[in-house]
Formats: sequence, C-alpha cells, structure tokens
Amino acid sequence: MWLYGLGSQLSPRDGAVAKNLAFGGGRAQQAEIRLASVLARFKFRDSAFRFLTLACAWAVLLLLGGVIVSLIMGALPSIRAFGASFYTSEAWNPVTGKFGALAPVYGTIVTSAIAMTIAVPSAFGIAIFLTELCPFWLRKPIGIAIELLAGIPSIIYGIWGLFVFAPFLQQHIQPQLIAFFANVPILSSLFAGPPYGIGVLTAGIILSIMVLPIVTSISRDVFETVPAVLKEAAFGVGCTTWEVVRSIIVPYTSGGLLGGVMLGLGRALGETMAVTFVIGNAHKIASSILAPGTTISATIANEFTEAVGGLYTSALIQLGLILFVVTFIVLAISRYMLMRLRVKGGL
Amino acid sequence: MKLYARRRRQSKFFLGLSYVAVAIGLGWLALILGTLFFNGFQGLSGAVFTQMTPPPGSGGGGLANAITGSLIMTALGIAIGTPVGLLAGTYMAEYGRYTKLTVLIRLINDILLSAPSIVIGLFIYQVMVVKMGHFSAIAGAMALAVIVLPVVVRATEDMLLLVPDSLREAASALGLARSIMIGKVAYRAARAGIITGVLLAIARISGETAPLLFTALNNQFFTTDLNQPMASLPTVIFQFAMSPYKEWQQLAWTGALLITLAVLALSITARALHNQGATK
Amino acid sequence: MTDLNSSAEQGDTPRPEAIRKLAGISKPHALSQTADNGNQGNTPDAEDSRGPQPAAEPGPLARMAKFNKLDHKVTIRNLNFYYDESQALKNISLPIYANKVTAFIGPSGCGKSTLLRVLNRMYDLYPKQRAEGEVLLDGVNILRREQDLNLLRARVGMVFQKPTPFPMSIRENIAFGIKLYHRLAKSELSGRVESALKQAALWDEVKDKLNTPGLSLSGGQQQRLCIARTVAIEPEVILLDEPCSALDPISTAKVEETFDELKKNYTIAIVTHNLQQAARVSDHTAFMYLGELIEFGNTALVFTTPSKEQTQNYITGRFG
Repeated sequence: MWLYGLGSQLSPRDGAVAKNLAFGGGRAQQAEIRLASVLARFKFRDSAFRFLTLACAWAVLLLLGGVIVSLIMGALPSIRAFGASFYTSEAWNPVTGKFGALAPVYGTIVTSAIAMTIAVPSAFGIAIFLTELCPFWLRKPIGIAIELLAGIPSIIYGIWGLFVFAPFLQQHIQPQLIAFFANVPILSSLFAGPPYGIGVLTAGIILSIMVLPIVTSISRDVFETVPAVLKEAAFGVGCTTWEVVRSIIVPYTSGGLLGGVMLGLGRALGETMAVTFVIGNAHKIASSILAPGTTISATIANEFTEAVGGLYTSALIQLGLILFVVTFIVLAISRYMLMRLRVKGGL
Repeated sequence: MKLYARRRRQSKFFLGLSYVAVAIGLGWLALILGTLFFNGFQGLSGAVFTQMTPPPGSGGGGLANAITGSLIMTALGIAIGTPVGLLAGTYMAEYGRYTKLTVLIRLINDILLSAPSIVIGLFIYQVMVVKMGHFSAIAGAMALAVIVLPVVVRATEDMLLLVPDSLREAASALGLARSIMIGKVAYRAARAGIITGVLLAIARISGETAPLLFTALNNQFFTTDLNQPMASLPTVIFQFAMSPYKEWQQLAWTGALLITLAVLALSITARALHNQGATK
Repeated sequence: MTDLNSSAEQGDTPRPEAIRKLAGISKPHALSQTADNGNQGNTPDAEDSRGPQPAAEPGPLARMAKFNKLDHKVTIRNLNFYYDESQALKNISLPIYANKVTAFIGPSGCGKSTLLRVLNRMYDLYPKQRAEGEVLLDGVNILRREQDLNLLRARVGMVFQKPTPFPMSIRENIAFGIKLYHRLAKSELSGRVESALKQAALWDEVKDKLNTPGLSLSGGQQQRLCIARTVAIEPEVILLDEPCSALDPISTAKVEETFDELKKNYTIAIVTHNLQQAARVSDHTAFMYLGELIEFGNTALVFTTPSKEQTQNYITGRFG
C-alpha cells in the first residue's frame, strides 16, 4: 500500500505507472487518497501540536516579562514623584503622601539576615547528619519530616507564630535577653525596649524555620554528589568524620551549598504571610531587633487593599518591584550555582 | 596521642551539634503540628462546613463560603495553569530539548518557581483587577494559575526527560507522528510523575494567601459568581487571626487545620504515587 | 527486466492480504520493479559486489534468472554520515535485495547501526546528525528534504536492541499503530493483531492474556512483541538492530525462526554482533570497519572465502 503514497512522494512517472497498473483504478485511487489524508492529518497534528507547545513555552517567558512590565508601569507615578529619595527616606505617610522604602527594605534585610544566621548552620548540620551519620533506615523518615516542614503553608507558620510562638518569646525569652545584654555596650541597644513578643526577631526566627527545609534538602542532595572514593581516601589517611566534612565535603560542594543558601535567601526575602502576622507592621527603623518593624512583603500585604490614592498604591507597587528585582537576582545566582553543579556532578 | 584525642573530641563536638540541629528541626515540626491540631480540633464541628463566616463579635458560624471559594479558585487555577505548563514542559523536553530557548526557559521557570507570591498578586492586580475595575474570583484563580504554571512545567520536563529515548525511537519507527508519540507513549510513560507534580501544585496553592489578598479579596457571603470577590480559607484565616475576637480566632485555627490536613493528604498521595511510579 | 514470469512469481508470494486489498492490485511488486529498472545497471558497487551470483548456481541462464529476481529494494549510493563533526560512515554504496535477509557485521563502532538508522532516518530525531549521498527506496531518494518521515518509517520498520514495549496492553501495543493508519472494524482489527502475533511466533504464548501489560512479558517475548508490532503496520523493509543481543539463547532461536517466515513478505536488514547468527539467517552479508564498507556479498561466500584480509581477520576472530 505504501507504494501509493502521497503524490509528492513518488515521481510523476511512478504515479502514472501506478494508476495504469492498478486493477480497479478507483479503489487504488481511494487507497491513495486515504493514505494521503492520514499523512496530511499527521502533518497537521504535528505542526499544530508543536506550535501549541512552543507558544506555551513562550508563555513562561512572557509571564516574566509581563510581571516586570506591569510592575514598572504601576510603579511609574511613585518613581516620578520620589526618584532616588524613595530609597533613602524612612517616611511612610499616606496622609501627606510622602513615601520612602527605607524602613521596609531595612526590615526585609534584617529579618532575612536573622533567618539565614539561624537556618544555614542548622540546615548544614541536618544535611550532614542525613548523609554521614544517620543509620540507613532512619534517613527516609527524617527526610520526609523535613520535607513536611517545607510543605506547611506559610499562613500556618503565621498563625502559629502569632498565637503560640510570640507570646512564648514575650514571656520567657525576651525579658531574659533584655536583662542579660543590658550592660553589654552594643548588644544592649540591639536587645532593648519592652518585650512585645511580635517584632523583627520573632519574624526572623519564624523565617528561619521556613528556610531550614529548603537549605537542608539542597545541601543533602549536594553532599550526596561527593564521590565515595574521595571520602574513603580521607578516612584512609586518618581523618575524623568532622575533618572529612570540613576539609573534603564542604570544599567539594561549596558551589552547590551557596546555591542552596541563595535559594533559601530568596524565600526569606519574599516570604509574606508568616512575617505579616508577627512583625508588627511598624514603619520605623528601630535599633532593637525586639521592636516591631515591617518588611516589603508585609507592607504590601497589610496596606495594599486599603491604599487609597494613586500615589499610595504606586509606592506599594514600587516596593513590590524592588522585591522582585532583588529576589530575581538572588534566585538567578542560586540557579546558576546549582546548574553548574548539575553539569559537574550529574545531579 | 594527645593531639589525636583532641581531634576526636572536636569531631564529636561538631557532630553532636548536627544531632542537636536535627532535634531542633523535628522539634519545630512537632510543636507546630501539635499546637495546630490541638487548637484546630477544638473548633471542628459540622457547622464549620455548613455555615457562613460570622459577622464580628458574634459566636457560631462556620467557613462554608471560604471552603467553597478555596475549592473553586484552586480548581480553576489548576485547570488554567496545568495545560499551559504541561505543553510548555513538553516543548522543553521533546521538541526543543537541545535549544538555547529551553535553557533560558528552564532558568526563568526555576526563578518563577520560587518568586515571591505576593508579587504575582500585584501582577494580576495590575493586569486584571485594574482593567476589570473590581476584585473577582477569576482574578484570584489566575493568580493561582501563575503559581501553578512553573511547578507543572518543571515536573513535566523532568518526567519526560526520564522517559527513555528508546521508547521514543520505537514509536517513531512505527511511522507515528511525533505528536501522537508524545501523547500516547511519552505522556503515558511519564504519567505518574506528572500527576505527582500537579498534586504538589495543588498542595502549594491551597495554602497560598498573598496572591489572593488583592485579587479575589474576600467575601463575607457565599458566592459562586466568578465575577465577584470570593472568600478563601487562607484570606479568612488571615482576617480572623488578626482580629481581636475570640470566636474568629478559633475559626482561624480550625481553617488552618483544614488546610494543613488537605496539604498533608495531597503530599502523602503524591509521595505514594511517586514511589509507585519509581518501582514500576 | 520485469518479465511476466517474475511478476507472476512475485504475485504468488503472499503479501498480506490487506495490502493488496487496500492498494487494489494483485501485483504489488510490479511497480517497484519498474521503478528500479533505471538504477540497477549503474549501482556503483555492482561490479565488485559478488553477492547476486552465488557460485554454486550452475549455468549462466539460471544465474540470470536468479539475478532478475533479486531486485534492489534499497540502493545506497555514496552515503556519508556525520555526528556533528565526526564522520561515522564513509562513502558507503551497496544494495539491499528485496525479500532477502541482509546482515551487517563488524566490530563495535564500525557504523553498522548508524547505517541502519539512516535507512529510516531515525537520526532525524537528533540535532547535529546529518547524512549525505543517496538512499533509494524503490528508486526514490529518501534522504531528500520533502520525504515524509512518517510514511518512510511506516514503510521501513525497525526493531531495536532492547525490547521497547509501550506502557500499554499487549493488544494495544500492536493495535495502536494499525489504528492510526487504518479505520478498521473491531473484528478486522483483532484479525490483524492475531496475524501479526503469529508472524512473530508469539501468538500461542499470549493469546489468552492479550489485555495484560506488554511489560509483563519476558525479555524474549517482549522482543517478539516488538517484531509483531512492526509487522502489524505491514512495512516493506524491516530493520533489526541487534535484536537478539539482550536475549537468552532459547529466545534468540525463537526470534531467528521468525526470520525465514518474515522474509517471504518483507525485505530484512539485520545488524548483529553474532557472526553465527549472521551466517545462519542472512542471504547477504556486509562487513563494515571504521565507517567503511569493506566487503559485501553472498553470505556463504563472505564467510567461506572472504576477498579482503580484514574480513577474514574479523571472521576468524583475530580482532573485533
């Protein structure tokens, strides 16, 4: 049957021969038409499907472009009104229409710094435990538990932080901290003021719990790329487990670890709900990390729907733009580091 | 020998710290889940599923409108985001596997995967809420779809790349059009993994709050009108938890418990499915 | 060259009934012979190919008759193939005869699998692979740009080294391809499935479990399932890329048994590592080395009195 392919598949002479030779030319022709229509349908389906998938692939890029463009458009009035002063001013006054990003930017940086300071060492510790120390049967359950921590929606962290964790800090931890550091020169101002419970420190700690599983799971994957021979060789010359970790595993995987840390940082910078619940939403820069503050995302979440007046909304969108650009850069670095590792280690 | 003893002590000390880290990590999980279950179950009753959110300060009431709202918007978000993500992932793994475009999309997609969801809310606000002139459930669903998209793209690409080339060649060798090969053979081979990805996407958006705050807003009343603002569990939890009323706070805990249970159920199903796919 | 006699003979060779019905003719090979006419004389390797005339055949007339029946189903001319920068095939020219088994042998990396993958343009799935030269299927160059690849692959089927059943039932595995090309009634479809499984000598083993997954079969059965799947679409040429290398000896024997039956209806090209297998199943053998065709000819001759030293070394196990 294939002999009677599409006209274009045979030379004209062959086609003519085919028709002459065919007994009952009508049926042969019918068969040829059938086959031609099947092939044409294949061709159409192929090009249509290919086009469809390509269009959807482009949609991912357009989505990014759309986010950036729409944020810039929305932020334009604010950019025009405040210019560079937006980044240097602490003012946030909807009544007078004066807006500056300094307080939320500061809060974002400080909460993220606290979160990373706590989360990164813990995450490395857990990852080392999971890859080097943990008995085999225990790896899976603990791995699942850590992943569960990552799966809990941020609003759960928020409500837990607000009703359980903040009161606990207020009653049991913060008074002690204030008393303990009262006479230490610099730290006394860092841990000053009344114990509110909610505040920058609380937000930072909650963030660290949320970042922990992200950094842990990447570190674990990265640690597992270290070739066994490398570790065995180090053990062979008499290294202790800790020395193997410090001098072999960590240097070998440093790029990937940095990628994991950056991924966690991206999460910490952009996390909204958990922070909004516990940071107190105060537009001021306080020297004490026990004081209430605000972050970019918390400001937007708290104020956006109540924002009246174009400039107020626009200032909030500009905050969103800043957040997006910063997290974009952080995440791009993270992905770049991890991609290099994937090429190197076959992850 | 003294030096060796010191080195061993040092090793023990640092490795001991890693045990502490594990204990702390598991401790957080136990604490959070424990208090959540304790507080949540206290308020759990039939009324939660049948009655509307109550006005401030009054007792009783439930979360019926928020639960339906969440279900509707989650379903819509998945229905919009999944096909686009599936097709985009298909392009990356099948047609454009070796192209620079795919490398770029993979990078951008991975960034979108962890981009702050509140920015997605701002984006949809700009392109939908402002244009339509009001908040609406459909805007909320679109925001969720934008969050679903990168998850499904990633899952689809990863899973299709796991399908052996020999299977593709075998299908092509039969003279099957490539689109049919993908639809009937490659998708079928990658099915478990892709469904796992979609389940994880559902888990992810069922707890998302930030992108709904200024797209779907909230609604005290029951509605299925996609053109109206619509309540959802996360936004109701946010509103109620931040309120001074005890009854609202209790409902917030119960809502939080419901979301967590849903997310846990989805993750467990996804994991089971994934393991099943892996052993096959 | 197409005399009535040979046409009649070809007509007697039972092509699957469905083809003839669909094509509406009783002499399906008449066309291919006509189309081939112009090419046979000037096939570049015609003079140094000793294949078509087995020495054992007595008398020039008989020889001519034999030659006439050996139509070039596929003619490869000056074929060069490149993976990116590196050249995998160097100026290959040879015919593949209709309704015969042609074996390709040679050490790993000699290009024999590559050559097979040119014949159905499987390489088109990957970037940076390209073929130059001509591959004529029934006189039409399949390397030309406008060649419809789906049609080509339906005409030139392929069975791979590792069995590759699709993730579906045994019946679906076979019916799948048929359904896309033909709209058949259910009974007709199961008839086709049965006949394909019979041709692959698998029917008796699976007839009671057609709805179980193809992946549940043993390796040898899976491979025969793949052969049945290929046969079901009624190709003209079947390419086999080391079809038995993953199989145990008993399964191998079963697969080999199917070849004799298959070659009545199909032209077969097989790549194999196993020299005994090539000797057992093939009519013609091509020995390749480092991307070049060293020797091509009648299998009996190539194995008993090879004309090139390299062939002899390989066959006697001195390298490869």
